[in-house]
Amino acid sequence: MTSSPPGVPRETTEASTETSPRRRSSLQGNSRRGDSIFRGASAGSGILLLVIMAAIAGFLIYRSSIAINKDTTSFLTTFEWDPDNIQKPSFGIAVLVFGTLVSAAIAMVIAVPVAIGIALFISHYAPRRIAQPFAYLVDLLAAVPSIIYGLWGALFLVPHLGGLNSWLDHYLGWTYIFKLSHPGAPARSLFTVGILLAIMVLPIITAVSREVFRQVPRMHEEAALALGATRWEMIRTAVLPFGRPGIISASMLGLGRALGETIAVATVLSASNVLSLHLLDAGGGTFAQNIALKFGEAGSVGKDALMASGLVLFVITLLVNGAARMIVARRKEYSGANS
Amino acid sequence: MTTATSTADRSPAPQLRRPLTAARLPRWAPAGIAVLSIALACAIGAGAGLASHLQWGVIAALLFVSISYGVAAKVEGHRQAKDRFFTSLVWTAFVLAVVPLVALLVYTFQQGSSVVDGNFLNHSMRGVLSSGPGGGIYHALLGTLQQVGLATLIAAPIGLLTAVYLVEYGRGRLAAAVTFFVDVMTGIPSIVAGLFILSVWNLALGFDYSGFSGSLALAILMMPVVVRSTEEMLKLVPNELREAAFALGVPKWKTILRVVIPTAIGGITTGVMLAVARITGETAPVLMLVFVSDSINTDPFNGPQMNLPVYIWQQYGYNNQYSYARAWGAALVLIAVVMGLNLIARGIARWRSPKTGH
Repeated sequence: MTSSPPGVPRETTEASTETSPRRRSSLQGNSRRGDSIFRGASAGSGILLLVIMAAIAGFLIYRSSIAINKDTTSFLTTFEWDPDNIQKPSFGIAVLVFGTLVSAAIAMVIAVPVAIGIALFISHYAPRRIAQPFAYLVDLLAAVPSIIYGLWGALFLVPHLGGLNSWLDHYLGWTYIFKLSHPGAPARSLFTVGILLAIMVLPIITAVSREVFRQVPRMHEEAALALGATRWEMIRTAVLPFGRPGIISASMLGLGRALGETIAVATVLSASNVLSLHLLDAGGGTFAQNIALKFGEAGSVGKDALMASGLVLFVITLLVNGAARMIVARRKEYSGANS
Repeated sequence: MTTATSTADRSPAPQLRRPLTAARLPRWAPAGIAVLSIALACAIGAGAGLASHLQWGVIAALLFVSISYGVAAKVEGHRQAKDRFFTSLVWTAFVLAVVPLVALLVYTFQQGSSVVDGNFLNHSMRGVLSSGPGGGIYHALLGTLQQVGLATLIAAPIGLLTAVYLVEYGRGRLAAAVTFFVDVMTGIPSIVAGLFILSVWNLALGFDYSGFSGSLALAILMMPVVVRSTEEMLKLVPNELREAAFALGVPKWKTILRVVIPTAIGGITTGVMLAVARITGETAPVLMLVFVSDSINTDPFNGPQMNLPVYIWQQYGYNNQYSYARAWGAALVLIAVVMGLNLIARGIARWRSPKTGH
């Protein structure tokens, strides 16, 4: 490292070679100690992160195993949540799995097409003067805390969705899914939760897809346009194929957030341990919402049972996020080719 | 090129090829169709007696999409019509997104602005009836400040050092594992982080509710965000700077501390502030670990505290007009804090973005 580079005037080279043995050793010794301390500290932080992750998994598994051993019914198929019953603790995640997946699915069905639309709007359609501030606004909205979405959902969205609910009931009630059992009841249903989650994940999916759409090689777009494609044909043939992995991973990130969302769901949903396909009816529950709601009154088995459900949620989000990362990583491999 | 060939071709075979100067709708056509469809929708809505203006809007949007498709198909041909169709869909998506998001901000501001005043900001809820007027968020503000501050003190150095490790030192398996698990950690639901700290700190080690245990959970949520953003920023620092420092004989640790980090400090600060903004709004783990308190507790290591998001949750739970008003007031303050942090962070990012050298 200290060997003199070519082209350095000779005097300095000689001077440095004369004094270098001693200075170099002291400097190296110093730097070696400093380097090893610094390297150790930074590697240690990395290892600490790994330890935390392992500890999260380990503790949750340990606690869950205690709870599941005490469960007198099947953990996977039971509807009720009664872990603190001393004679017969019984609890299961059937309702929670259903509620979590259904509300997240509704959110995705609504949010993904709209988010792609907004991302295209920002990257390809909007006049530049609108696009930049609007992109900014979307980023800011991604930062709005979930409790505020929850408060707004419960006090503004729920009363305003009554009309939509009765409309769906009236025209689509025959599908069973949109049948309203108690017309006029507050819309604290999985369907409302899905809409609220869609609004919450919209900014995230938009932000990521927008970045991907921006990276589409200009040459591809211009080639399509030069061949006489209309703007939509250009987007369909150049932008969307390039952006597909990005859209998928953005959606997965949004899905991960929708699955794990706690407090917004807890404020809006009127929970019960009923598994019903009538999505507009109040009732049901999600993993995170159930934990937040039941935690306060949970006894020792109750807490462990909640940890077991938390572990399931953890595994689900892990799988979803892992899949998203793998898609992104695969994309990196060929993204170098089109610079 | 196409123009040249088409003009050249035009004289021998004028009928075979659609000329480039095919009929196009005038520039004002979309605006005109929009006005027309809104007018029609108002007429239909008023005629059919639809009470909800949302329905009027939906009818107007449907009319706009179908009329512009029809007109364009008639005048410009099928492909252009399809193009216009998707253009209007994209614009619809834009409007569809703006409506709820702006409604959220405006509604919060409307509801909150009448509540927030000096009294609201510097009083706690001690001795205030949950169903009565009065009270404030001072205890919650204080708690948020302490908990978020402690979490940042824990998470920022660890996150920063991890990012330094990944960018400057990390090779091989350990680095790959850290990268992967940082990604995984970003996706941990906040409630799971809360459960983890609960099982370790409170159940296994036997500590009681305190602001600090909330900070631990918040730190877990914050670390991966800090690592990710810092890593991106450190990668932007041009290698020439490092090489120049090495060529002068500066040891690596000093190069990192005195050259690399100062170059990227703007971006790093931005990342940390965005992470702070994120954890400021977290409710679930704090609710679980810090519990709630109506009075001022200045000691984050001892006893339950309050926190702004939890305060909103608590007041919402009281379920009466005064508590709703307090919840909206606190929501407005929380939004202001989070948005403020975001704006400052982005300002710093713009002001001191690392020079990439090209």
